[in-house]
Amino acid sequence: MQMMNEQTGIPFILNGRPVRSLSAPGTRLLEVLRDEFHLTGTKCGCKEGECGACSVLINGRLVTSCLIAVGSIAQQAVLTIEGYRETERFAVLDAAFADMAAVQCGFCTPGMVLATEALLSEHPHPSAEEIRQGLSGNLCRCTGYQALIQAVRTAAQRGAGLW
Amino acid sequence: MMPISQSVIKKDHLAKACGQAMYVADYDTTQMLQGLILRSPHAHAKILSMTYPPLPEGYFTVDYRDVPGINEVHIVKDDTPVYADATVEYIGDPIMMLVGPDERELERLLAQIEVNYELLPAIIDVRDGDTAFFDYHFGKGDMDQAWAEADQIFEECFETGYQEQAYLEPQGLIADYNQGKITVRGSMQCPYYVHGALAKALGLTPDKVRVIQDVTGGGFGGKEDYPSILACQVAVAAYKAKGQPVRVIFGRREDMEFTSKRHPSRCTYKAAVKNGRVTALDADVIFNAGAYTTLSAVVLQRGIIAASGVYDIPALKVHGAAIKTNTVPNGAYRGFGAPQTFFAVEMLMEHIANALDEEPLAFKLRHMVRQGSVTSTGGRYHFPVPLPAMVDEVRKMSDFEQKRQVYARQQTGTTRRGIGISLWFHGAGFTGSGERDIIKAVTRLHKLADGRVEILASQSDIGQGIKTTLCKIVANELNLPLDQVSYDNPDTDRVPDSGPTVASRSLMTVGELLRRAAIRLRSQWQEGVEQTVEEHFKEPDFVIPFYIDKFQGDAYPTYAWGVCAVEVAVDTLTGVNEITGTWASFDVGTPIDLNIVIGQMEGGLLQGLGYASMEQLAADQKGRIRNHSFSDYIIPTAMDVPLMKVQLHVEAYPDGPYGAKGAGELPLVGAAPAYMSALEQALAGPINHIPFSAEDALKLIRQSRRA
Repeated sequence: MQMMNEQTGIPFILNGRPVRSLSAPGTRLLEVLRDEFHLTGTKCGCKEGECGACSVLINGRLVTSCLIAVGSIAQQAVLTIEGYRETERFAVLDAAFADMAAVQCGFCTPGMVLATEALLSEHPHPSAEEIRQGLSGNLCRCTGYQALIQAVRTAAQRGAGLW
Repeated sequence: MMPISQSVIKKDHLAKACGQAMYVADYDTTQMLQGLILRSPHAHAKILSMTYPPLPEGYFTVDYRDVPGINEVHIVKDDTPVYADATVEYIGDPIMMLVGPDERELERLLAQIEVNYELLPAIIDVRDGDTAFFDYHFGKGDMDQAWAEADQIFEECFETGYQEQAYLEPQGLIADYNQGKITVRGSMQCPYYVHGALAKALGLTPDKVRVIQDVTGGGFGGKEDYPSILACQVAVAAYKAKGQPVRVIFGRREDMEFTSKRHPSRCTYKAAVKNGRVTALDADVIFNAGAYTTLSAVVLQRGIIAASGVYDIPALKVHGAAIKTNTVPNGAYRGFGAPQTFFAVEMLMEHIANALDEEPLAFKLRHMVRQGSVTSTGGRYHFPVPLPAMVDEVRKMSDFEQKRQVYARQQTGTTRRGIGISLWFHGAGFTGSGERDIIKAVTRLHKLADGRVEILASQSDIGQGIKTTLCKIVANELNLPLDQVSYDNPDTDRVPDSGPTVASRSLMTVGELLRRAAIRLRSQWQEGVEQTVEEHFKEPDFVIPFYIDKFQGDAYPTYAWGVCAVEVAVDTLTGVNEITGTWASFDVGTPIDLNIVIGQMEGGLLQGLGYASMEQLAADQKGRIRNHSFSDYIIPTAMDVPLMKVQLHVEAYPDGPYGAKGAGELPLVGAAPAYMSALEQALAGPINHIPFSAEDALKLIRQSRRA
């Protein structure tokens, strides 16, 4: 963790806590999270915004952190898997993903979990089409998506009222 | 369903779901050096000289002169250099590595390295190739008689393209040389392959080499041989760094452009038909090997053994060649040569049936092998062939007959529909005698004094769930709760060589060894003491010995079977098609975990559908791979996944654990021909190449309009 200094760095909220990044403003948020804050649950799969492995939530909105410059997120709230895993919603998603064996190699999973959170926040009772759309920014090469889609549907049912 | 098939929560689920699982890129890099590889910009050239810029302190270069052992990567043959010495053989051939603490500085310095080349003629198109790395012939029956007596002869050439494994986690390894011992860890399928390669390149005895698999973000064959190459390169750098670990993590572009892919193929088939039956088949199978041999020999072997598909053809002549080109070396990808030949033989059977005015499925069923039939290599199908029952299952699920008839009528309007079906097998485990003569797998069970049991084996969990399924087998035999049995990522200092994680062999072969070990441990169980039992591979008695020089005998002890129907709707204005349904039945024997097996089937099937359509990758005239990012190599997203219904048909294999046989590769192998058969019906024209694009569909629409 960097030294806190009120005069320097880019201030933002990381998993509920105020932090400052001492990286150059043009640094990818992905690199800030992994290298500066050692939050390695956010994965790097392409650095081009295509694969979704680096997905995080900024003010509740799903983004690929490889395409976000840290200088552009001053004062905003970033939620990574490390913060999200402490929530009740994560517990519901985790159980649904586990029951459907929706995790294979696991590299897309943290991003997929956050994509599911964004999806259920917008559509607490998503249709099949809404689920497919909600996950379509996140590539998974292992599952063929069937188990993931089923896991989201299951989580939506079990988590009634949470989203 | 057997109790062991009941799904459990996967052993590695929680760590992966909550982002705590440590992949190789996740280790703290503060004490590590980074490496960047300089690669050839030319497809074929002689290296005349290299000039390195002055380097800041802490930076150094690594090239072939630094290799302490032999400058060869041990794979099957050893022609891949660790670093190029005299010549470069493809665009991307590694020349040297620049090592230092800061990645951006490395990029800046790398751009200043000057290499003088003398350009040499390059072979890019496989049709221009004049070097066959491997050239095999085999056959059976009387070909001359079949041709002489034939009513009709059919000849057709089928082509398949590259396919990129596109695992989500790029290749990456860390090497550390300390006190005379090299340790390499990271993303890989086969720790002992890497171990063998390191010993040779570094000139070290096996006890001075340690390889550890980290959590691996997918492999699909792409991490079978490639990590051996990268490991040697990184290890030589660590050897020179003397005490500081060196890390290389590929970016997506480097990974897609320069690591192994599925072999593009050209298969020319000739068939003799008499009285409505195929009496002879002549298959000429050409695989584009790329610049070095890597795994081409074994990929080609599996491909040509499957040349006649699931059909009993009395006379057979097969020729297979892996041709050298000055392009990226191709290697293992789920299916390992079989998707290419299954595409050819399935489409050929469709086309012959169409020409004979017979429904292709009926035509195929009339030719199908059954229990006791002779295989292409003179072996036997020792066990029941469940294809007829599986075909019935898929017919019912998909409403095949009804749809096939309706779509066969003249279609009008902008949407054209079709449905197709394909049948295939996948030989379970290593081809031929590899398991018996080369791998000689060893496994151990280690029981702690408190009664917990640890599995010691070298299988990598790359997402397929082997950590969970192996533990289930051992826990079941020992009557232990699942949490009392553990299996860590393999570390060659701790585990015996139970072979690589390839060829759909891990669960069937290593799982069975562990089951036997567990039975032995149970019979010797003593409370309160540590115990170890060891189990060695033994070939089942029924196997007809296989001789690779003659391609004779049982190439596989048993087979997994697949039947798949695909339904499509094509927009005739754009050529774009949508898969409106996919139905499949797979026989992989007893599923050791239903969720895990279904996950393998669905994931593999979708890779097979991608292979047939959107996954387009090509080298340009200079031999450069043009599609090197997810922006221009398109793999299926959740929006592209069709309605998919997969069911299992269980034909238990007596020599696999509880009846399990090979599973992982099967679902990909025959998906493409079902898809293309459906498109043929929709477009009313023949298809003989994949990937088949929207542009290809438009061409076919125009052709059939003219006709």
